[in-house]
Amino acid sequence: MNTKLEKVIQAARSEFACAVEEFRGEAHLIVDPERIVAVITWLRDVQDFPLLSAMTAVDYWPKMDPRFHVIYQLTSLSKNLSVQVRAPVPGARPVMSTVSGVFANANWREREIWDMFGIHFDGHPDPRRILMPQDWEGHPLRKDYPLGYEEPQFTFNFEEIDLRKPYAKE
Amino acid sequence: MPQLQEVTVDELKHLVSNRAIEGETVLLNMGPQHPATHGVLRLLVELDGETVVNCVPDIGFLHTGVEKNMEAKTYQKAEVMTDRLDYLNTVGNNLAYCMAVEKLVDLDVPPRAQAIRVILTELQRLASHLVWIGTHALDLAAMSMFMYAFREREIILDILELVSGQRMMTTYFRPGGVWRDVPVEFEGAVRDFIKLFPKRIDEYEALLTKNPLLMDRLLGIGVLTKENALSYGVTGPMLRASGVDWDLRKVRPYMGYEQYDFEVPVRTEGDNYARYLVRVQEMREALKIVEQALDKLPMGPVRSDNRKFVPPPRSEIGTSMEALIHHFKLWTEGFEAPRGGIYSAVEGPRGELGVYLEGDGGPKPYRVHMRTPSFENVSVLPVLAKGHLVADLIAIIGSIDFVLGDIDR
Amino acid sequence: MGVEQKLGNMGIVTTTLEEVVNWSRTRAMWPMLFGLACCAIEMMGAQAADYDMSRFGMELMRASPRQADLMIVAGRVSRKMGPVLRRLYDQMPEPKWVISMGDCASCGGVFNNYAIFQGVDEVVPVDVYVAGCPPRPESLIHGVMTLYEKVKAEKFKDLSKS
Repeated sequence: MNTKLEKVIQAARSEFACAVEEFRGEAHLIVDPERIVAVITWLRDVQDFPLLSAMTAVDYWPKMDPRFHVIYQLTSLSKNLSVQVRAPVPGARPVMSTVSGVFANANWREREIWDMFGIHFDGHPDPRRILMPQDWEGHPLRKDYPLGYEEPQFTFNFEEIDLRKPYAKE
Repeated sequence: MPQLQEVTVDELKHLVSNRAIEGETVLLNMGPQHPATHGVLRLLVELDGETVVNCVPDIGFLHTGVEKNMEAKTYQKAEVMTDRLDYLNTVGNNLAYCMAVEKLVDLDVPPRAQAIRVILTELQRLASHLVWIGTHALDLAAMSMFMYAFREREIILDILELVSGQRMMTTYFRPGGVWRDVPVEFEGAVRDFIKLFPKRIDEYEALLTKNPLLMDRLLGIGVLTKENALSYGVTGPMLRASGVDWDLRKVRPYMGYEQYDFEVPVRTEGDNYARYLVRVQEMREALKIVEQALDKLPMGPVRSDNRKFVPPPRSEIGTSMEALIHHFKLWTEGFEAPRGGIYSAVEGPRGELGVYLEGDGGPKPYRVHMRTPSFENVSVLPVLAKGHLVADLIAIIGSIDFVLGDIDR
Repeated sequence: MGVEQKLGNMGIVTTTLEEVVNWSRTRAMWPMLFGLACCAIEMMGAQAADYDMSRFGMELMRASPRQADLMIVAGRVSRKMGPVLRRLYDQMPEPKWVISMGDCASCGGVFNNYAIFQGVDEVVPVDVYVAGCPPRPESLIHGVMTLYEKVKAEKFKDLSKS
């Protein structure tokens, strides 16, 4: 890790007492979900990370508890640094506070996380599904949601699949 | 057969202003099938006469479930799906994914492969900008531009076909390098293109840049301020046209970009015209990079020789037992990646194309998230379109240059 | 000298009504702009300079379904887009044909998952399937010519729907 990133990590550790993981030269801050708005605002204003490059989530069911990790990737232009903030969210009641007041693109990204994972964001101005149809049930990127794989039609099973394939009428 | 959902006014109440509910303004649906939305984007536009009061984008009509599908395939096989995301920058998507895999498993890329990757990525950037300029001008009623742009694009697609056998979805880049070495005709074809193209860009500029009709339609329209750009996470030519000098090829060089001498065009106005000028200048700079990379193309292997991740060449399999075992393992099981998540980004023609890749010790990626630039770029459309006319909305859509495959994944 | 030759000198050709109707239907078929994904770019490429589709009477692509006779479904159809596709197909007036362009439209392609229809023939009845990912412009033109063969072989007695 280079020295500038070290300084940011030390400041974060002393300010918020969060755990830090290092992997392949990247720094990951593990933060409690309740403090996430404070951490993100601090990183943007005090440490000058004005760009939220990416925001996504991972589902660790059934291996780990808490089940979800919400991941924020922040970029600093002046210092040319990137830092990753991870917030573990329990699966029983997946609720986080919204950071759409801090970064405007978090609005759509949080809608996407709600759509795909079912993590609800408190205080979000527009909590609707964004990628799936509005009446879709289920959250597709969860590990217990099936892929929806359909058996491909080869020559040996052509007729039997043909019978149950829903062809369109005129 | 699922039925079309009828949307009630209650569901729209929080999206549109009170004037729409009372009937003072008109709610217009620019539906998913529309000649000027550059794909299946649905826009709910609130109009006061001809002026746009608000515009709500509705995406998801091309949602392909790529991220979930990639979790079910091995790392090598999942790369095939990355081509089809931003289908105008297919080689760039491959590059982003391969770089993420190489970062995750700590794999080296030999210099010749890096140079070949740079050449093809910059040619793909040119092809993407050509489609942009062709369709943007087509929307602004300069129809012949479309034909010229696609004529040049055919030459670039011929080069891609020469190298990989496929015009668009090449999957030519693989983790560790490229699939195989370029044929002997490659250098001649690229040099012919380098000789031909600068005059063509001059032709396009002569047709469009100082054209009073184009300037009328683009100047001062869709202004994106620097604060809005950073707050909305906009990257790429849109960000550089708003005054922020941030290009990942310069600030975090990868694949040997630090060896090449090129400039990054930055403008401060932030309107459609600034974005147009930035992209046209980027086309010239991309051509410069291609020429330098071709001149400096080093000799050597085109793929890493770490046999745990890269299959051995066919000739070795007949003579070496280890080669046979490596080949067998790679084809039946795939290679194993360590536990942990990384984020790796490249500069695509639309902005920062990032991949969050997490491995779990097995041969299949545990989580792949593609941070696609068009998602953020389109979310800023309501801000840009406020107060302009419907025709300006079309010009702004063309100027943002998004691709629906990128947005919906 | 037969009747045909004598008539030919005067600029008259004899044929059957079916042939004339089918010939007129094929020679100026207007496709509807329905490019969804990557195949749309190849369709645009087929429309543009090197592989000109206006040789086949398809110079204009009509955006409005009411003015089109051919729907080229170019690209993957997601679950959200399915009802829209069906509605557009219903809006097209008879006679209408559908070309399913590319692997994703024909059978789901690379994407065998929850989000994509495994073949657009689950939504609209398809006349010609063009394979490829994406199909080259020449493949698309071959698909169009195959459709022409199919239309030329249409008979009046099959057209009436009862």
